Amino acid sequence: MAALGAPMRTLRALLRELRHAAGRSYRDSPAYRHVLAAFRAHRVTSEKLCRAQQELHFQAATYLCLLRSVREHEALHREYHGRGERSPKEVAGLVGFRLPQQPGGKG
Amino acid sequence: MWRGCRRLWLAHSPPARLPRPPPAAAGSCPVGPCGRRAYAPPAERKRFYQNVSISQGEGGFEINLDHRKLKTPQAKLFTVPSEALAIAVATEWDSQKDTIKFYTMHLTTLCNTALDNPTQRNKTQLIRAAVKFLETDTVCYRVEEPPALAELQKNEWDPVVSWAEKRYNVTIGSSTSILGPNIPASTKETFVSHLASYNMWALQGIEFVITQLKSLILSMSLIDRHITVEKAVLLSRLEEEYQIRRWGNVEWAHDYDLCELRARTAAGTLFVHLCSESSTVKHKLLQD
Repeated sequence: MAALGAPMRTLRALLRELRHAAGRSYRDSPAYRHVLAAFRAHRVTSEKLCRAQQELHFQAATYLCLLRSVREHEALHREYHGRGERSPKEVAGLVGFRLPQQPGGKG
Repeated sequence: MWRGCRRLWLAHSPPARLPRPPPAAAGSCPVGPCGRRAYAPPAERKRFYQNVSISQGEGGFEINLDHRKLKTPQAKLFTVPSEALAIAVATEWDSQKDTIKFYTMHLTTLCNTALDNPTQRNKTQLIRAAVKFLETDTVCYRVEEPPALAELQKNEWDPVVSWAEKRYNVTIGSSTSILGPNIPASTKETFVSHLASYNMWALQGIEFVITQLKSLILSMSLIDRHITVEKAVLLSRLEEEYQIRRWGNVEWAHDYDLCELRARTAAGTLFVHLCSESSTVKHKLLQD
């Protein structure tokens, strides 16, 4: 079985990620409610080793990894890869030139 | 932009044309044939919906963007068999702010692939493609030098290989030669019959995870919940991690690739589990 740590920790981190993803009304979002309901349903069990509980925990950890990495990936993309090409005016400005004005249009 | 969205089509539309550069801007713009600058990134679709909700139809669960139903790129109705998967896809669509970034919506992409089957492969072909990866499995290819890397590979990869051998009762082994390990036919048959027990959707997911991790063994240990996604990605990128520790980390390349690989692998694994599970809730009676 994978070394997952405490389920409460995963749940808290997952809810935090969902909050980031959803925005204002995160508590009404279907994902938030579904996750909470699933964790509540699997809490009460008399077995010491509950396979369904571990499966749920693994799924929650996987979903948490997905949300977190998508957020980080998007942040990195915005930071490093999202800018596109500079316009000719900006390029000229980089070395201190200005583009020539041709009042009559190009010849 | 809004005129185009009136249609019910929500396919991956061709990128909308950039607005023409205003004529007052200085003369020598390399304007291409359709008025776009060369190499400019295509304009992204703006978020054109307010609410994302789920509804249940005959074939399964559907996603509604405002009042329109989501469709796949080939214009089929987007239906998923599992409610949890539908909720996750809805969350993906809901988390898009301002513009829709399709490259972050991995679960949606996987569902579209499963529904459309653009490569038109049947189950046997998918399984064959998946098992073919075993011959070039990452964890079976070892180096001899540098010795630190060889040692690291032995310590990290050997446990996973022996777990797989024990779990599936097969022989895999590892090799330092360029041809790779010699996988006996019985091993391949065992994996073929094991993969045949998954349904078509789950198989698409499995094949996706194998392609991302470049290893059948790591994918199976992930699907069997033996290791976590972060660990599987780490094992898949073992040599890169070794080099990073040696030479340093480049955030815009290494971290970028790491996050992308983690996202895709996590999406694939979640997809497989949600497509192959069937949960029933049995309420235990409280005994006084």
